[in-house]
Amino acid sequence: MKNFCLEVWGDFACFTRPEMKVERVSYDVITPSSARAIFEAILWKPAIRWHVRRIEVLAPIKWINVRRNEVGAVISERNVKTAMNQGKGNLGLNIEEERQQRASLFLRDVKYRIHAAFEMTDKAGDGDTSVKFSEMFERRASKGQCFNQPYLGCREFSANFKLVNPKEETAPSISECRDLGWMLYDLDYGDPKDPKPLFFRAELKNGVIEVPAFDSEEVRG
Amino acid sequence: MSNCIQNRYDFVLLFDVQDGNPNGDPDAGNLPRVDAETGKGLVTDVCLKRKVRNYVGLKHGEKPPYEIYVKEKAVLTNQQEKAYIALGLDPKGKDGKRKGGDDVDKARDWMCRNFFDIRTFGAVMGLKEANCGQVRGPVQITFARSVDPVVTLEHSITRMAVATEAEAEKQDGDNRTMGRKFTVPYGLYVAHGFVSASLAGQTGFSEGDLSLLWESLNNMFEHDRSAARGMMATRKLVVFKHESNMGNAPAHVLFDRVQAELKDGVTAPRSFADYDISVNSDNLPSGVTILEV
Repeated sequence: MKNFCLEVWGDFACFTRPEMKVERVSYDVITPSSARAIFEAILWKPAIRWHVRRIEVLAPIKWINVRRNEVGAVISERNVKTAMNQGKGNLGLNIEEERQQRASLFLRDVKYRIHAAFEMTDKAGDGDTSVKFSEMFERRASKGQCFNQPYLGCREFSANFKLVNPKEETAPSISECRDLGWMLYDLDYGDPKDPKPLFFRAELKNGVIEVPAFDSEEVRG
Repeated sequence: MSNCIQNRYDFVLLFDVQDGNPNGDPDAGNLPRVDAETGKGLVTDVCLKRKVRNYVGLKHGEKPPYEIYVKEKAVLTNQQEKAYIALGLDPKGKDGKRKGGDDVDKARDWMCRNFFDIRTFGAVMGLKEANCGQVRGPVQITFARSVDPVVTLEHSITRMAVATEAEAEKQDGDNRTMGRKFTVPYGLYVAHGFVSASLAGQTGFSEGDLSLLWESLNNMFEHDRSAARGMMATRKLVVFKHESNMGNAPAHVLFDRVQAELKDGVTAPRSFADYDISVNSDNLPSGVTILEV
């Protein structure tokens, strides 16, 4: 499988820890699932599945605290259907009544180099070859094309990205070693109705996290 | 949905504030938001999206297809019952054959069709059915940051009345209370935004919606006057239009073409005239055009 390398950076980022998602607190670095979503924002088809192999942290880990007014309700499908059928109804939310103030701890000025590869899935059709998707991805990423602008955890933190040629001389990662503890690896969508979170023990070694394979022993449900 | 936009757009929004508080920080007693490390002012994405919603709500009286889902009471022109656009609902859905999944999709489409903010920014619907009830809107806006550090001024103000009898008695009839208000004397802020043609296809975001978005970004502050805000105005909206729906150039490369710089000799900016704004349109990547709308 061919390895692709993207440099991504942005002013802010929030890779929310699942155990602290009411008042969001970010992980110290990007999670493999978030990194995967960046690749998918550039190219994804049901015929391929992205695997993140390695994350290099290029900027020091810094934090910022932001509190925002947020809405504390979701749209009820039943109310929508009633209004649809009756042709009338009152569906809006009054922000004053559904307001929640939530503090969040975000990362700031982040920059990563992410290595990933895709594999073909059983949904691949006859014309789908890995060469086709490799070229498609390279073409899009080098031109800055994307399906939607990729983001760093939340959509308001848009990510800039650049395709990196692996032979090119690149900026070094930060020289920091840190045990990041158990970190979200990705969600297992084997049962689409009930996705299961998977975790792995993330270790920053001289600014680099080696991401284990999806089906390896290091990844636990 | 046939009328959806076919191009990707990236935009730079420049707006300024004079003697006002563009976005209070609930964590800091409503002081203007400031990035503590750089001293630059911040305005959150949600703050700007709120104003777009308010503008569109005001303009179209919150009637479908420009209903607003997340409303603010101040602009509520709410008739309790509204007739929604007749859909010609497919009665087949009721015969029990295609329950569940199909209905969720239908409800979502219907919401997109009637509500401008859902079509534009997306929304979360019925989380119970894991992962299938979400709408990702095509429009994405980032935090706005000021070009230069802002200073925050605190003003003590007096009110020549009190709220309660008890307070009046305590003051022996003096009846004066004091309050505080915070302003930024001047700040020029820059926000970046993205419109994804691919996601527009999923929510039915049309060319008409796009021009309404540009219009609202240009005019949103004109209808958001209040004692707290001072003078706020959109100064410039630079839109990069890509020929391809996937885009023809990286967004950050395009954004770098818009520069705001302090004029020579100005140390403390106090008006828009203290800035030089330049939009570099030389050698644009092929397939990209600049619209100043």
